Amino acid sequence: MFRFLNLTLNGVSLGMIYAAVALALVMIWRATRIVNFAQGGMLMFTTFIAWDLAQRHHINYWVALAVAVGAGLVIGAVAERLLVRPVENGPPLNAVIVTLGLLIFLQALAGMIWGNAQAHSYSPAYSIVGYSAGDRTLLFSPNDVYIVTAVLIVVVVLYLLFQRTSLGLQMRAAAFSPEVARLLGVRVGRLLTLGWAIAAALGALAGILAAGTQTGYVQTVGPFDALLVYGFTAAVIGGLDSPIGAVIGGLLLGIVLSYADSYVSNNIQTMYAFLILIAVLMVRPNGLFSRSAARRV
Amino acid sequence: MPAILERSTLLRHTLFALVGIGVLLLLIHNLGDYRNSQLAPIAYTVCAAAGLTMLVGQSGQISLGHGAFMAVGAYTFALLQAKWTSSHPNVQLVGLLAAGVVVAAVFGAVVGVAAARLRGPYLAGATLALALGLPSLASYEKLSDHLGGSTGLNVTSPNPPTGVNAYRWQSIICCVSAVLVLWFLSNLSRSRVGRSFRAVRDDEVAAALCGLSVARVQVLAFVVSAGCAGLAGGLLAIINLTAGPGAFPLSLSLSLLAAIVFGGLGSMAGAAYGSVLVVMLNLSWAQTLTDKLSIHSAKVANNMPLMIYGVVLAVAMLAAPYGVQGALHRLRMLATGTRKS
Repeated sequence: MFRFLNLTLNGVSLGMIYAAVALALVMIWRATRIVNFAQGGMLMFTTFIAWDLAQRHHINYWVALAVAVGAGLVIGAVAERLLVRPVENGPPLNAVIVTLGLLIFLQALAGMIWGNAQAHSYSPAYSIVGYSAGDRTLLFSPNDVYIVTAVLIVVVVLYLLFQRTSLGLQMRAAAFSPEVARLLGVRVGRLLTLGWAIAAALGALAGILAAGTQTGYVQTVGPFDALLVYGFTAAVIGGLDSPIGAVIGGLLLGIVLSYADSYVSNNIQTMYAFLILIAVLMVRPNGLFSRSAARRV
Repeated sequence: MPAILERSTLLRHTLFALVGIGVLLLLIHNLGDYRNSQLAPIAYTVCAAAGLTMLVGQSGQISLGHGAFMAVGAYTFALLQAKWTSSHPNVQLVGLLAAGVVVAAVFGAVVGVAAARLRGPYLAGATLALALGLPSLASYEKLSDHLGGSTGLNVTSPNPPTGVNAYRWQSIICCVSAVLVLWFLSNLSRSRVGRSFRAVRDDEVAAALCGLSVARVQVLAFVVSAGCAGLAGGLLAIINLTAGPGAFPLSLSLSLLAAIVFGGLGSMAGAAYGSVLVVMLNLSWAQTLTDKLSIHSAKVANNMPLMIYGVVLAVAMLAAPYGVQGALHRLRMLATGTRKS
């Protein structure tokens, strides 16, 4: 029972990170109907920037985080303006290949700057020693509290932004019906750029949170690719259109992965992600939280 | 073109295939060992890419996980090779490759049944997770004894006939397989089956109203496509002399997709161009270019080919949205002055 509780807590913490990546993918999907495969590369790159500042130059954790989020904003905006805008109205697969090209480019660039031979570790913000309950130690540490709180704050801020501000209303309008929004004076192009920038910044946060959970996480390929796939899996489980779905999907994936890792085998994590995804999609082909989509006739 | 060739698609494709095999044999004979060792990966990539273009381009379903089907083909080859010894090396080779095709096709049917319920990004997500998940099964404790864990299983290269060296023989096996796959898929694409694929792609409701079972057509597309990937996997095992999870990274699945979009979606010729581009970019062109630049930093030099690959992918999509085949088509229209598509 205690083990079960521990695994659940561990899963919640991991799940919140997946939720953050999923949310970034959902934002981009809602705005431009593109699955951003470069997300993994973008958050890898920003995490490397923060790692360089925090671990190699001993700059404050929060300053490094702020710089990484800022870099995420810039990378997201530049990617949208330079690469995504031209293919937006072309065949849908082309956008996939373009984001793939960006992913490979970022991996190569990170390799050129920081080398791809070593796996670096990122010191977490807070202690990773679990709280103790009586004489036993919980698998939940101050750092896990920080992860859950940070992602929850971001989710609430994004919710307020989209539901309570004029800017958010315009962004939703631009995503929902670009033509009509444009006629009503919404600067659709700018808002799409902003959407990508926010998503990339959110990814930057997720990357740094993930990097602190495990030693040797910061590599040019590997863990961040898996993070992208888990984020995407979480987003698909939740229904790509639903921000709430992304968070629930992330938590569900995190918790189930945590159980399976401990109770079955910890070598085939990615296979569980596939099995969970298939199980959910067989019951609800458009994810848990999508409105039943009317297909084109 | 003689009238009989215009009338009979089968005859025309067979003639092309025979000429193709002849030209390739001449080419293989004249290439050195090093060049032949580059030709073989191109040829097996063509097998997988041609199958994938049938699925994505013609039946309108996306798969980001074809590397998984290649892994099935490769592991089938390796597992059976260890079990079955035959006095006829060529019979054994064909049998093992065929077994890889069958097992991958069965596997494709299972995935296809699930896939028939999914659309667009949901299918992309499911196949992406498959591409990452399936190779990891090799490290599962209960299977790793049979599947060789993370190092994989050993494969012995088929014995070449007397007078042919090993590199040439591998190249011949791969090229003949590629031509056979292209021949088969070209005919399939021009047949009732191919038409039903395209009907389902263009409008599912209309296809259903015409009496097609949409789900069955979609599953069939997955079966055909997975079978081709299984063959490619078997060939890859022969070339690499091993079947291991490291040979089927996510990037393999994604570069197959890049190859078919690069060449022009849905076209067999496009799959061939795309495979050449993607494999050569990965292998040698980018390397040659890097060497020419004489970069001193090892970090930069090691990552240069990858960076060129990424840039070329993005730029090609911006410059030629419909791939090589689309660009050729546009050139032909310009040359003949016609505007009909």
